Amino acid sequence: MSSAPPLASNFELLPMIDPAITPELVAKHNLTPDEYQKVLEILGRTPSYTELGIFSVMWSEHCSYKNTRPVLKSFPTRSPRILVGAGEENAGIVDIGDGLAIAFKIESHNHPSAVEPFQGAATGVGGIVRDIFTMGARPVAAINSLRFGDLGNPQVRHLFSGVVHGIAHYGNCFGIPTIAGEVYFDKSYEGNPLVNAFCLGVLRHEQIARGAAKGIGNPVFYVGPATGRDGLAGAAFASQDLTEESAEKQRGAVQVGDPFMEKLVCEASLELLATGCVAGIQDMGAAGLTCSTCETAARAGTGIEIELNKVPQRAPDMTSYEIMLSESQERMLIIVHKGREAEVKRIFEKWDLPWAEIGFVTDTGQMVVRHNGHVVVDVPAKKLADEAPVYHPEARIPEYLTAVRAFRLDGVPQTVDPVPDLLALLADPSLASKNWVYRQYDHMVRDGSIVCPGSDAAVIRIKADSIPPMSEDLRAKVTPFSGEKLVAMTVDCNATYVYLDPYEGGKIAVTEACRNLACSGATPLGATDNLNFGSPQNPEIFWQLRESVRGLAEACRAFDAPVTGGNCSLYNQRGALGAIDPTPTVAVVGLIEKIEHVTTQWFKDAGDAILLLGNVVNSADPLQGLGGSAWLRVARGLKTGSPPPCNLEEARILHDGLRSLIRGGSIKSAHDCSEGGLAACVAESCISQLIARETPRLIGATLDLIVIQQALKDGIRLDAFLFGESQNRVVVTTEILAVGKVLAQAKILGVPAAVIGRVGGDHLRIQTEIGQFSWALTDLHDGWWNSIARAMD
Amino acid sequence: MHFAVLQLPASNCDQDCVHAVRVLGHTADLVWHKDASLGRADAVIVPGGFSYGDYLRCGAIARFSPVMQAVNEFAASGGLVLGICNGFQILCEAGLLPGALIRNRDLQFHCEQVYLKTGNAETPFTHQIPPGKLLRIPIAHGDGCYFADEQTLGQLQAGGQILWQYCDAAGQITDSSNPNGSLLNIAGICNAARNVAGLMPHPDRASEMILGSDDGRWIFESMLHTLAVSGTRRAA
Repeated sequence: MSSAPPLASNFELLPMIDPAITPELVAKHNLTPDEYQKVLEILGRTPSYTELGIFSVMWSEHCSYKNTRPVLKSFPTRSPRILVGAGEENAGIVDIGDGLAIAFKIESHNHPSAVEPFQGAATGVGGIVRDIFTMGARPVAAINSLRFGDLGNPQVRHLFSGVVHGIAHYGNCFGIPTIAGEVYFDKSYEGNPLVNAFCLGVLRHEQIARGAAKGIGNPVFYVGPATGRDGLAGAAFASQDLTEESAEKQRGAVQVGDPFMEKLVCEASLELLATGCVAGIQDMGAAGLTCSTCETAARAGTGIEIELNKVPQRAPDMTSYEIMLSESQERMLIIVHKGREAEVKRIFEKWDLPWAEIGFVTDTGQMVVRHNGHVVVDVPAKKLADEAPVYHPEARIPEYLTAVRAFRLDGVPQTVDPVPDLLALLADPSLASKNWVYRQYDHMVRDGSIVCPGSDAAVIRIKADSIPPMSEDLRAKVTPFSGEKLVAMTVDCNATYVYLDPYEGGKIAVTEACRNLACSGATPLGATDNLNFGSPQNPEIFWQLRESVRGLAEACRAFDAPVTGGNCSLYNQRGALGAIDPTPTVAVVGLIEKIEHVTTQWFKDAGDAILLLGNVVNSADPLQGLGGSAWLRVARGLKTGSPPPCNLEEARILHDGLRSLIRGGSIKSAHDCSEGGLAACVAESCISQLIARETPRLIGATLDLIVIQQALKDGIRLDAFLFGESQNRVVVTTEILAVGKVLAQAKILGVPAAVIGRVGGDHLRIQTEIGQFSWALTDLHDGWWNSIARAMD
Repeated sequence: MHFAVLQLPASNCDQDCVHAVRVLGHTADLVWHKDASLGRADAVIVPGGFSYGDYLRCGAIARFSPVMQAVNEFAASGGLVLGICNGFQILCEAGLLPGALIRNRDLQFHCEQVYLKTGNAETPFTHQIPPGKLLRIPIAHGDGCYFADEQTLGQLQAGGQILWQYCDAAGQITDSSNPNGSLLNIAGICNAARNVAGLMPHPDRASEMILGSDDGRWIFESMLHTLAVSGTRRAA
């Protein structure tokens, strides 16, 4: 026996099957000696095997944020609209007026998707959808952010195809429109793809549900399918480096999803919540039964006691360790007001769903688990849930940044012919149309998709049938909602920028998302972030994390988009392939006041004037917007240079100004300049409208940029002029008769604006000081539309 | 008029169909799959979704739902029944419509707008569609490839039972306009008695211009007009 403290006297001896707690076993559970010491202090004795497993998952980065918590404190989290703030519950909730609110959150499923792309991605969707209906909201829209290696690699194609198929399988069957997203391809994700899934739900203010085990003596119900051995300790798996060995061994840690079951559990749970018999509700996500029991008790300041023999089990002879740590999907823990148990039974039997009463709420503050007549777990719930160790990892500026910051354009040959450059840019998988992806997602179910994938931001309408079922009392009390609310959403992150300058890149991620919302006519309501990084134990990576969060937080403040919650995914690195580019993806949700304000990116009518809002180039940027640009990567094979600086005040004025112009009724299209710069932005506006299958609407444009070019007193390289990614620029169109009005309005609003061309014809023509360049729309469209499908065939 | 919209486990377009009917100024109720009666229905819609998860064959389990017995009786007595997407699959599995729907030929799910050419404008589901009008309506399915043996196809053609075919923007029935590999580009059919129809595209998602198209209304309007002139038919 080790020299650890003896078992407490009221703690019964465990069956012989449990292994002895050795330093090796502790290490295997990813607990450091110091952390284990803290476990011993909390318990005052040696933990049982099951308890060790429980501390291991609850104190993993995934559940505890032990490395990131201090950094995350810098996010703005408050606004008058926030009804449930970051960290309080499973998802934040924001007021959208008329008694309605939205719940939304993003979450990663990176490691499971790396080893089993289909199920990994599918259950990622399942998990985030569950987080939303756990709040009492009806899930009505999903978006996602994906990263993969180079499509030339067959293994990457396998991952890409599996992930898309998995998301489609789960979302389509559940019946949620997957309506927007982003996909980037970069070598840094070769061994470690990223799958970040976002879900948004709708509810009335009165319908907010809480994940708290309230009411001493209240019964605790388990609902949903039986517990199996799948997904054992997935949260712990997500909180360590991926290795070839771990990937193979951990395939069993990937859960298996059943969207059909999720749909039933969702409907039944919402129906049950309407009865008012629910005291608390929590989904069993990461760390399954463990996390849901100790967190609900911790939130309510109560204790909870459960009996594992009552838990429905799929496999025979499951141990308490397995039952407590299983991440079998589509399960919920529901605390019911005593005396109203029959309502749970009635509703779950109506939906043919398994249920079991497995325990009750206590006043002890302890989480107690019994199995086969033994107490196998007896730990203070609050200490387990809230007192995970907190670390302040060392941060050090990465060495590679010295070369990045010193990079200048002198040695980079200027473009000789921008025609092939633009074609190559549009056909680059990261810039190309993602129709191969979103065509596989049902993005129209629920009859609410106003702007489908393919524009700057997706827009859905919220109508009466988006609201979960209401109790008779509530129905009698509130004015029925008969109107429509328009909600826009987007997810963005240019991780190349973040890699090259984490602070500036973090700012740009939020700014681009808010700019996309402004282009669609929306005002930001709130943001949810997913911090995807390598190991925080590497000081250079922790520096990336800290700096990018500083940028994200500053930008969220600038645009009044408080963070309502999010997710951290660390240890995204695989052996010799190294860490991923730092990828803090940001989803921002906004509100559009009126249907007339909904704006799309494509050009509308021949004869319309094309205007550029914002400065052509940032004169303070020595790289003229080419640092970290897509052109530098695609045309010159370089991934370096400081990214274009992003002035947040300038951005705020642009976004507010654009929204004012849109509300003024003169703007017919709006599309922001991002990857590929002005030329790619205008080209996309010519080719991105889709009428039907195989029926794009192509509409040309002629730009005359000579005057603008001549006005630049420092001069500009042609490649930087056409493909530079200077921030805070938007291309809009307006009827020719409204040009004067728009220019005058823009001046009052403080937004630089200039007429740069005219819509029409079957070519994109750009006149510069150096000459005129021309592209047939069919050529632009072909590469842009088909390149991903061609890579996948 | 009053529509019964079936609610099977994991029907997920049930609300959309109710919404579409209401937009047209009529009423609809959801009918639970365990109910043996359709209530006061003038017509029935079997909506889209993934009934029972569709883990076996799409619609294969749904056809055993208690409510399907009532649908069978309603159809046998001449009532109008429209199956959309998964609803079309269920009606085929239930034997109310001939043929079957199998995996799309590229094995991928397709969600996109398609053009439909109406093959027979003299049925209760099509007679209000203006002559020559192509309908632009979205599809969203993984198993929409219509399949039937030669004899059945011949009967469908001879009987004017092919209601809609996938076509291009010019109305041409081409292979590239066929999203799923359906034989004869078939998107929707009706039974010989012409009171039961099914189609893979979603008219319920194309009933308001705010959603990009309201061409789906022509199908519902045809049904409503039929009911108005024939007198409403009450289900048992």
